[in-house]
Amino acid sequence: MNAPLPNWVDLGLIPMLNLAAAFLVAGLVVLAVGESPIEAVQVILYGAFGFGEGIGFTLFYTTSFIFTGLAVAVAFHAGLFNIGGEGQAYIGGLGVGLMVLAFDHHLPWWLIAPIAALGGALFGALWALIPAYLQATRGSHIVITTIMFNFIAASLMVWLLVNVVKVPGTMSVESRTFLPEGRLPKLGGLMEFFGLDIGGAPLNASFLLALVACVAVWLLIWRTRLGYEIRVFGANPSAARYAGINPVRITIVTMLISGGLAGLMALNPVMGEQHRMFLDIGGGAGFVGIAVALMGRAHPVGVALAALLFGVLYQGGAELAFEMPAITRDMVVVIQGLVVLFAGALEFMFRPTVARLFALRAREKPA
Amino acid sequence: MSLDAIILLLDSALRLSTPLLFACLAGLYAERSGVFDIGLEGKLLASAFAAAAAAAMSGSAWVGLMSGMAASIVLALIHAFACITWRGSQIVSGVAVNFLAAGLTALLGQAWFRQGGRTPTLASSERFREIRLPGADLVADVPLLGPLYSQLLSGHSLLVYIALLTAPVTWWVLWHTRFGLRLRAVGENPAAVDTAGINVTWMRYQAMIVCGALCGIGGTYLSISQSAGFVTDMSAGKGFIALAALIFAKWRPMQALGACLLFGFLDAAAIRLQGVHLPLIGETPVQLIQAAPYILTVVLLAGFIGKATPPKAGGVAYVKER
Amino acid sequence: MPGSVRLDARAAAIELSGIDKRFGAVQANRAVDLRVEAGTIHGIVGENGAGKSTLMSILYGFYEADAGEIRLNGNLVSIPDSSAAIRLGIGMVHQHFMLVEPFTVLENVMLGVEGGRRLSAGKARARKELLTLARDYDLRVDPDAVVGDLPVGLQQRVEILKALYRGAETLILDEPTGVLTPDEADHLFRILGRLRAQGKTVLLITHKLREILAITDSVSVMRRGEMVATRRTAETSAEELAELMVGRRVLLRVDKGPARPGKVLLSVENARVVDEHGVERLRGVSLDVRAGEIVGIAGVAGNGQSELLETIAGMRPLTGGRISVGGETWEKADPAQLRLKGLAHVPEDRHRMGLVTTFLAKENAILGYHGRPAYANGMFLDREAILQASRAQMEAYDVRPPDPELKTANFSGGNQQKIVLAREITAGPEVLIVGQPTRGVDVGAIEAIHRRLIELRDAGKAILLVSVELDEVRALSDRVLVMFDGRIMGERDASADEREIGLLMSGVTGEAA
Repeated sequence: MNAPLPNWVDLGLIPMLNLAAAFLVAGLVVLAVGESPIEAVQVILYGAFGFGEGIGFTLFYTTSFIFTGLAVAVAFHAGLFNIGGEGQAYIGGLGVGLMVLAFDHHLPWWLIAPIAALGGALFGALWALIPAYLQATRGSHIVITTIMFNFIAASLMVWLLVNVVKVPGTMSVESRTFLPEGRLPKLGGLMEFFGLDIGGAPLNASFLLALVACVAVWLLIWRTRLGYEIRVFGANPSAARYAGINPVRITIVTMLISGGLAGLMALNPVMGEQHRMFLDIGGGAGFVGIAVALMGRAHPVGVALAALLFGVLYQGGAELAFEMPAITRDMVVVIQGLVVLFAGALEFMFRPTVARLFALRAREKPA
Repeated sequence: MSLDAIILLLDSALRLSTPLLFACLAGLYAERSGVFDIGLEGKLLASAFAAAAAAAMSGSAWVGLMSGMAASIVLALIHAFACITWRGSQIVSGVAVNFLAAGLTALLGQAWFRQGGRTPTLASSERFREIRLPGADLVADVPLLGPLYSQLLSGHSLLVYIALLTAPVTWWVLWHTRFGLRLRAVGENPAAVDTAGINVTWMRYQAMIVCGALCGIGGTYLSISQSAGFVTDMSAGKGFIALAALIFAKWRPMQALGACLLFGFLDAAAIRLQGVHLPLIGETPVQLIQAAPYILTVVLLAGFIGKATPPKAGGVAYVKER
Repeated sequence: MPGSVRLDARAAAIELSGIDKRFGAVQANRAVDLRVEAGTIHGIVGENGAGKSTLMSILYGFYEADAGEIRLNGNLVSIPDSSAAIRLGIGMVHQHFMLVEPFTVLENVMLGVEGGRRLSAGKARARKELLTLARDYDLRVDPDAVVGDLPVGLQQRVEILKALYRGAETLILDEPTGVLTPDEADHLFRILGRLRAQGKTVLLITHKLREILAITDSVSVMRRGEMVATRRTAETSAEELAELMVGRRVLLRVDKGPARPGKVLLSVENARVVDEHGVERLRGVSLDVRAGEIVGIAGVAGNGQSELLETIAGMRPLTGGRISVGGETWEKADPAQLRLKGLAHVPEDRHRMGLVTTFLAKENAILGYHGRPAYANGMFLDREAILQASRAQMEAYDVRPPDPELKTANFSGGNQQKIVLAREITAGPEVLIVGQPTRGVDVGAIEAIHRRLIELRDAGKAILLVSVELDEVRALSDRVLVMFDGRIMGERDASADEREIGLLMSGVTGEAA
């Protein structure tokens, strides 16, 4: 595991091998349910890219995954594992919804949107604050606490939605529908500019915010002082101590940013699609974010690409459910698991074999 | 509340705590050997599915049990392979196991049975039926103790009794056998175990196999005993409550029994307490009771209810110092 | 071996012949011969890196020798792992205990030799055996005590009991008194005496000459991987041993003018430090470093030097005493503050602390200084400035290749060290504390690094140098302090006789010698 291999092997070849392994096994699962993996891939690609509305949906899903993927990625840089993205997104949805409900009678959408975004980020960050504080000051394992907080968020939100937020007199567990000013504009017009008709796809302005977030996270991690300190702390806590970096401060700040990004995810479904607060706002995106961050090696470009891949799988998967009823949407969760397994836990499995191949090549080369 | 109502409540609590107890003790073996396992949820789910599917296809509850245990052990070995042999992150591996179980059970369920992700409903001959303990009918009329014995304790499925016995058996194994001594040692100081000439890797694999087996029984109970078949997402977070119980019990088997009974009780009470006015709180929100195990765990981890120190070598792969 | 005494012709309990062991480029043991008679206590002394631990690890099965033979009681044996060593009756008491802290003494002793699937039978047998051992060797410990609650001295007894319980006839102890109080150390020696009386063979690895003289029957001296001499303890002296340990050396010529010390810039007053395990590491250390001088601390590793550096750097809290830097006194500070006050720190372990090896070289060029206005505009890093600074540092310190964009792990050890040094000195400190500046550094770079330190001194800065390489300390320092067991044993001029310094390093003061 310590043989020095060229950069492109570590950053390019081995992640590719890990991905290939994940998809190979996924293909075997498809075979096991009696379908053809090749055909399945074709259907998925068609569903995701074959028509305008499909592309719209693909990018819509990608939006959520970018936010949650960035959230996990930022925490990874500090050596922290934030599994609480799902709960932070849920509570972020509360923040977004409250802001919209407060202002959609009075303000235009382009004022409400940033306020709602702030609300979402703030609430998401606050939901990450307690686990962060407990880890930093009392050593409580952040993985366990964030898992617990996911469940607490679910209970809390159900109670709020049923008892506080719900419109009295109705049966559906959701808030009142946002007025037109409280809705994010769809990107249909923008996409037409590129020659695409996305039909009824809910792709909305939060997609653009997601792209901005990628740039912002990249700037943060690699161009700012804070980002430098985060990276030092994550790479070598002893060196961080040597450099005078405060571990408590870094842990808490990083988790706040991480939670805030997860909270922003809620803009997409709440303000951009459903136009209301509802049950299970996260919809699993918090967990997809883990796979996305691992696959994207915690780099915003990787995260964006991985998020796109999962967006393709989600939208393509919906199409697949039509064509091959045997393969439900759950296939995406299986792929999620395989990606996390091969790109995460078995990250270095291929390294010794690759290193040996390289050593063989080196020996065969003339001196 | 009348005695009858209380007994009904406790009866329900006992049934609800059974899968928790299996998963919790499973996690105990794993974590005591130094392997953090947050994949208990996935193993419960996978074994529930495998058991129900096998029982439906074979007509035998025992085949179901074997299949459930097998499925869970396979997942446990994947976790072991990733964490022990390849020294991958134990947390990431656990997350992967959970995803795999969630996805595969739903996918295969729909593909094989075409019932919306469920397995076919099991006939009562294909399930673990209730067992009446000896003498239950005789003492039924004895005041207080009678109903306790004949209604509360008797009349559960075999798996419930096995669960209750597993806790003291685990205590005995861990503190009174050679295997248990070595297992606990591996979780505290693997280097010491290594220099004593014991194979650390094999010890941890054995712990994971036991973990898989116990989770397998727990999942089997869910789909074959407690219910009559598998439905999607059947475990519904029980694996995480079991994790919470494990931490709450500070990794000790008899305390784990207590914690799981407590959480099972909370689960049973949640439904029954709905609409009931408690002093001070007013109408108890069912969600608060549902969230109670998780809140308690966080409070414990924060150090407010005593210290929760996990096995010292937990979470870190063992690398021989050479 | 010239000058060695041939001990008598009984079959030796242990005989090592021609042991070679190499780790990469380092020859840890070279053609080492060792002969230990049964029923004796044999000491092995040497400085850091002399090869003592490696040799014992080969005997204990941790490593396998590249060449050479091992004979026990005249029989040729092979020791591929520690189980084999245990079977052959060799027991090791490690420097860092191999104990399971939440377990009782009984459980720790039994681990691995439980004697059956159920513990109850094994426990009874173990209890009886422990009582016997306690009686025979004065190794009294409560079998039901939890090991984690025991003081370090008693924990060590458990380690010894473990070895004896497994039938060890030979016991190897590696620097056993480092963590003991004087009383505990005395008791340990009594125990060793009892072991010898019962016919056991004891190998004692230590750098403390007082212990050698107090308890051993014979002693071997190792230096730079070779066995230099063997003596009967009664026929040698501390001076002779110290000289053998340290070697007759020519004072390394480093071009430097005389020092011109100015005012005191770093002052340590009666510093006391207790570590996480409750062991006292600094027992009242006081020293001053003036502007324009290099104060060197000589001593075998593990005598408190690391803790001293970490404490001055603000990475470790003081339990007692005070430290002043640049005229300001503190009991608790943090590294960032100290850098602002003009203290720079080249750590002993550059990989663990001084560098983030996965970073690019230019990113390490600002480690600890990343907040400075030179490197940051408010929130953002000034990448151009950082790149220039890194390049300038690399050129000035002859880092090869002078590529700021190269990953730090790809530089050689010497160049990595130069990167650290460049960073710390370029920051313009008033006080520089530096530990093991040339560890793992090739010869060419060593010279350059030494020159830099002299330059800094001549520029009027204060330098505190810690090194286990006595040559280095004597070559660079204007004053040499010797540290032993958490205390400053004495101060000498750099040109002082190496025998004297060797004695101080081994814990022998003028009065006790």
